[in-house]
Amino acid sequence: MLTIDQSTYDQIVAHARRDHPDEACGLVATRDGRPTRVVAMTNAARSPTFYEMDPLEQLRVFNDMDDAGEDLLVIYHSHTSTEAYPSRTDITIAGYPEAHYVLVSTRYDDEVEFRSFRIVDSEVTEEPVTVVSAWE
Amino acid sequence: MPVQVRIPTILRRYTDEARVVEGKGETLGDLFLDLDARFPGIRGDLVSEAGGLARFVNIYVNDEDVRFLGGLEAPIAEGDTVTILPAVAGGSR
Repeated sequence: MLTIDQSTYDQIVAHARRDHPDEACGLVATRDGRPTRVVAMTNAARSPTFYEMDPLEQLRVFNDMDDAGEDLLVIYHSHTSTEAYPSRTDITIAGYPEAHYVLVSTRYDDEVEFRSFRIVDSEVTEEPVTVVSAWE
Repeated sequence: MPVQVRIPTILRRYTDEARVVEGKGETLGDLFLDLDARFPGIRGDLVSEAGGLARFVNIYVNDEDVRFLGGLEAPIAEGDTVTILPAVAGGSR
C-alpha cells in the first residue's frame, strides 16, 4: 500500500498536467516513513510516448537524498493518452524494486487516474493508494 | 588501486546486500571483470552480450556519466567513486 499526503498527491498531478502532452516524471523522497518532498524531474526525451530522467540530474538527486538521509519512495510518470497502467516498456526498464511506481494518466481533462504499482522481476502488482489530508 | 562502487538495490542480490563494495581496475571494463570475479553475474546486468554498456543503466565515475568518458574504456583511478543507477525511464508504448 502507498500512503501519501494530499500535498504530495496534488504536486504529482499538477506536474503531470503541466507537462502534458509530454510525459512527466519525478520522484518522491521519504524519511521515517513519510514523504519529505516531490522532485519534479526533466524528461530528457521530451516525448508524448517516452520518458527518461536526465542521467546527471538523476545522480544529483540521488546523492542529495543520500546526504539528507532520505530514501526513494515513489517513481512517478504520466501517460498522456493511455491508461495509468505500466506499459511493456515501463516493465522492461523498471530497475527499482524498492519503489512504488505511480502512474498518472492525463488523457482526460476532467478526470485524474492515479494508480500505484510494484514492479519486481517484471511482475506488476497493483496496490491501494491512501491519501491522507496531512501528517500529524 | 581500490575504488568504491555504489550498488543499487536491484544488484545487491549479487553483493550479499552490500550497498558499497570495493573493486579495482585501470578502466571501467577491468573493474567490472574484477567485480564479476567476486560477485558472479553482476557484469551481465551491466554489459550487453555484444560488449557495450547496458542501455538502461547509468554509470558514473565520480560526477560524470561514463558515456562521455569512453564507456567501458573510461579510466579509473584510486579514490574514485563509481556509481551505478538504473535509468528511470519508460514509455506508454
